Amino acid sequence: MAHDHKLEIFRGLLKFKSNTQKIWGVLIFLSIVTTVEVALGIIKPRFLTHSYFLGMKLLNWIFIILTLVKAYYIAWDFMHLRDEKTPLRRVIVWTPIFLVCYLIFILLFEADYIYNVYSDGFITWNF
Amino acid sequence: MDATVSTGTEDSVWGGGNKPLGASYGKMMMWFFIMSDALTFSGFLVAYGFSRFKFIELWPIADEVFTHVPFFHGNYPMYYVAFMTFILIMSSVTMVLAVDAGHKMKQKSVILYMFLTIIGGAIFVGSQAWEWATFIKGDYGAVETNSGRILQFVDAETGERAALADFAKTLPEEREKHVASKGIWFQGEGYQTSYSLNEVVEGFKATPNILIRTEQLNEEGEKTLLDRKESLSKILEANQVVEGANLVHNEYGHRLFADFFFFITGFHGFHVFSGVVINIIIFFNVILGTYQRRGHYEMVEKVGLYWHFVDLVWVFVFTFFYLV
Repeated sequence: MAHDHKLEIFRGLLKFKSNTQKIWGVLIFLSIVTTVEVALGIIKPRFLTHSYFLGMKLLNWIFIILTLVKAYYIAWDFMHLRDEKTPLRRVIVWTPIFLVCYLIFILLFEADYIYNVYSDGFITWNF
Repeated sequence: MDATVSTGTEDSVWGGGNKPLGASYGKMMMWFFIMSDALTFSGFLVAYGFSRFKFIELWPIADEVFTHVPFFHGNYPMYYVAFMTFILIMSSVTMVLAVDAGHKMKQKSVILYMFLTIIGGAIFVGSQAWEWATFIKGDYGAVETNSGRILQFVDAETGERAALADFAKTLPEEREKHVASKGIWFQGEGYQTSYSLNEVVEGFKATPNILIRTEQLNEEGEKTLLDRKESLSKILEANQVVEGANLVHNEYGHRLFADFFFFITGFHGFHVFSGVVINIIIFFNVILGTYQRRGHYEMVEKVGLYWHFVDLVWVFVFTFFYLV
C-alpha cells in the first residue's frame, strides 16, 4: 500500500519533505483558521456585521468561506483525496455539492417567503 | 479487500482483483457511505437554516447561549466549543498519522496513534455531554408568554442578565402535589420550576431595576430591551416559568433552536461515539497483529476516512450553530 503522496499544498507554494510533515503543516493551518474564526466570533468587528452581501452579513460570509477552506484541507489531505484519481475525486465532491446547493437554494427561498407571510400577512402569531 | 475466505481468484478481473478508479472495494464503499451520510447531515443543517430564516428576527444568539467553560465561572462565549473543535482536529491528525504509519507497516506507531485518536474522541464526546447538561440545566431562567415567546430579564443598572433567583419573591403558596391516588395514575408530577409564575411576577413588580428583554432582534443585531413601563405591561402576558431547555420549552429563545441543537449535535455525537467504538475494535485488531499478517493496514485507512468525516461534519456544525 505504499503509494505516493502529493506533498504540496497551496498550489505548490508550500512543499513538504514527507507525508508526516505535511500532516503537521495542515494541522497548523487548520488551527490558525479556527483561531481566526473564534476571534472574529468574539470580537464581531462592526464593519463586518453592518455590511451586507446578498442579504447576509459580511462576517457570516467570512465564516462560511473559512469553513469551506477547512473542509477542503480535511478532505484533500486527511482523507487523501489529493492522492486519489481525478474521476473518483470529482464523483465524490461534485455530486453532494450539486445536491446541497440545490437544497439550500430551494429551502432558504421558501423560508424567506414564510418569513414575509408572517411579517406582512394578516396572521397574528405573537399575541 | 481480503475476505476471510480465499478462493484464489482475488486477482482476476471478475474475482474482485479489478480496482476501478484505483480504489479497493472497501474504500469505495466507505466513500459511498460518507457521501450519503454527508447528504443526511446537509439535510439537517439546511432544515436548521430553513427554521432560522423563517424566524430570522428572533433567533437566539449563540454567543449568549453557550458561555460556559467547565470549572470556571463567568461569561466565556465560544472558548469551550473552540477547544472541542481543536480536540477533534487533533484526533483527526493522530488518525492520519496512524494511517501513515500503517503504510510503512509500523505496528507500534499505529497502536500509539490509534490510542491517541480514541482518547481524543472520548474527550470530545464527554465535552458534548457536558455541554448538553449545561444547556438542559439552564442559566438565568425566563418566562414564556401565551404565544410561546420567551421573555428574559435584565438588570437595568449593570445591563447584565438577571437570574430569576435575583428578584423572585418567595410567597407562602400551597401547591397540591400530583399523586397517583388522586390524579391521573399514568402521569407523574414532573419537573417543577424553582419559582412559580406568581412569585416571579410579584418579584418583578416589586423590583424596579429589572427590565424585560424580548426575543426580537433590533437593527444592531441585539435583543430588544423594553423600558420599565413596557416591561410591566409585557409581564402580564407571561403564562409559565421556563428554566433550562428541552424539546418543548427553551429559556434561551425560540424552542426550535433547542430542538435542532439536540437533534444535530446529538446525531453528530452519536457518530463520534460509534467512531470511537469502531476505532477501539480496529485498535485491538492492530494489537493482535491482524493487519500485520494480512500485509496491509487498509482497515485503518477505512475507519480513518470515517473518523475524518466526523471531523468534517463538526467543522460545519461549529460554523452554523455557534458562529453564524
